[in-house]
Amino acid sequence: MAANPVDVAVIGAGPAGLAAATQAARAGLSVVLLDEQDAVGGQIYRAIECSDAQRRAILGPDYAAGAALASEFARSGARYVPNASVWQVTRERTVHYLKDGKVSSFEARRVVLATGALERPFPIPGWTLPGVMTAGAAQILLKSAGEVPAEPPILVGCGPLLYLLGWQYVRAGVPIRALVDTTRHEDRWRAKRHMLSALRAWPYLSKGLQLMRTLREAGVPMHEAADDLRVESGIDEDGSERARALNFSVRGVSHRIEANVILLHQGVVPNTQFTLSLRALHKWDEAQLCFAPVTDQWGELDVPGIFVAGDGGGIGGAQAAETQGEVTALAIAAQLGVIDTAARNRSAAPLLRRLADVMRIRPFLDSLYRPRDENRVPKDEVIVCRCEEVTAGELRSFVKLGCLGPNQAKSFGRCGMGPCQGRLCGLTVTEVIADARSVSPETVGYYRIRPPIKPLTLGELAGE
Amino acid sequence: MTSKPLFRVLSPATGTDAQAEAEPTILQIWFNDQPLSVPGGRSVAAALLAAGVQRFRATPVSGAPRAPYCMMGACFECLVEIDGMPSRQSCLVTVQDGMRIHSQEGARDLPPLSDVNPMENAHGR
Repeated sequence: MAANPVDVAVIGAGPAGLAAATQAARAGLSVVLLDEQDAVGGQIYRAIECSDAQRRAILGPDYAAGAALASEFARSGARYVPNASVWQVTRERTVHYLKDGKVSSFEARRVVLATGALERPFPIPGWTLPGVMTAGAAQILLKSAGEVPAEPPILVGCGPLLYLLGWQYVRAGVPIRALVDTTRHEDRWRAKRHMLSALRAWPYLSKGLQLMRTLREAGVPMHEAADDLRVESGIDEDGSERARALNFSVRGVSHRIEANVILLHQGVVPNTQFTLSLRALHKWDEAQLCFAPVTDQWGELDVPGIFVAGDGGGIGGAQAAETQGEVTALAIAAQLGVIDTAARNRSAAPLLRRLADVMRIRPFLDSLYRPRDENRVPKDEVIVCRCEEVTAGELRSFVKLGCLGPNQAKSFGRCGMGPCQGRLCGLTVTEVIADARSVSPETVGYYRIRPPIKPLTLGELAGE
Repeated sequence: MTSKPLFRVLSPATGTDAQAEAEPTILQIWFNDQPLSVPGGRSVAAALLAAGVQRFRATPVSGAPRAPYCMMGACFECLVEIDGMPSRQSCLVTVQDGMRIHSQEGARDLPPLSDVNPMENAHGR
């Protein structure tokens, strides 16, 4: 264990983490950035340093923009630790991680949690079948491995990432079987009241309109206002069960489309595993339908010295994340005395203005792509906890027996106790219980998250 | 064990001045004791998907088949046994030539102990 604490430990090498680490190192602080992947970029700029011209052309300019951030980080003097699975950050700012089967730990004077977002659970019948993945997963296969569906996939749900993936497939010459959109007319109507604010974020809005136009012009079959989504299973050549078709209805008319790759997406939510494990204060965000940690304008939690930057503190996207990373670095530089508060405020002012600008589009997006109730609070037969195979019906039966919240659901039926530690069911469990009890998600709360945040064996733990 | 692949590797650009995507190196690995050729330079999960593996594991509860869902280390659906180590997240491990990979059937086995031989095998593999 290091005798001297490092000035700043940053967890996560996406835009927020890269920006925070780069700025803190430039300010003269000692910085260690740990990340679970084998290269920087996070999910948004995944494999940015090894992607070639062809892949960057397919993925588009917003992806290619990450290259500058990665090279600035590489020149910053910050220490980079890839393939490091951080499994605990304590309130006293000790960082524990696992790398190559060995555990290590060190002390940090300040910690920046830049762990980004997770795709929101999309619990529908058949969502556990092989062949069903998230749109984000398919995009990671494209970014990191240059892989695309061998046969035309169906894209299902709503939100910018879903349309972006479709646009990228069109550019790669990959045919799409159908885009099955859950957005309804009333969603567009509801979103209109945020239009003025959205128009002030015109570049973003215009990019979105272009994506949709490309999809239409490419002749991608589109179905809007889809509900009653069900993935149908089939048996493949080797006798194993897998996805075969998507069934859905539009205004009472049933549809069935065959495909062996079905890509689901209904937005992203903050990855709160670390902030929850620190017992930091969190609030339910009714616009984004998720829990988010409460921070001050610099990103500091109610746990002194621990900051959140990027989507982990509330969804804002890559540009917002990068800016938040820079703001957080300034705050840390001031706290550790390498700049004074006047210099901090001077440098932060334009950043905070830029942040406000890029966030203007959010109320419009949150309103337009608010995931449907039926796709968040599913029918009884749908599996909610994928690891332990607990259905929504079982969860409701626990509530009838007196189960008040997610933590009790664990003792009633192992819900949320599998290896994913609730990442794929937590929000669904909160909302199903809230709905069954007719109380707010805030009242029901979330799973109590405890370290290790990522699994490690007792043998590995004993090796420290 | 393998079927028609769900994913394929994009072919290099045919344009004259385009910096063509390099053809991936082909690696030889073992999947459930059968030899399997997979593209290199990617995660085990991406390599298996491109080589036609659709079923990565069976759940401990009902034995239902599962395959990668999130590809970013969150869902734990892509768990396989790699070189004797159970419960590896195949989306987070880079594929290497000669790897011996097994689908994870039900609950995981104990990791191998170097001084215990033969290793305990609770699931009949």
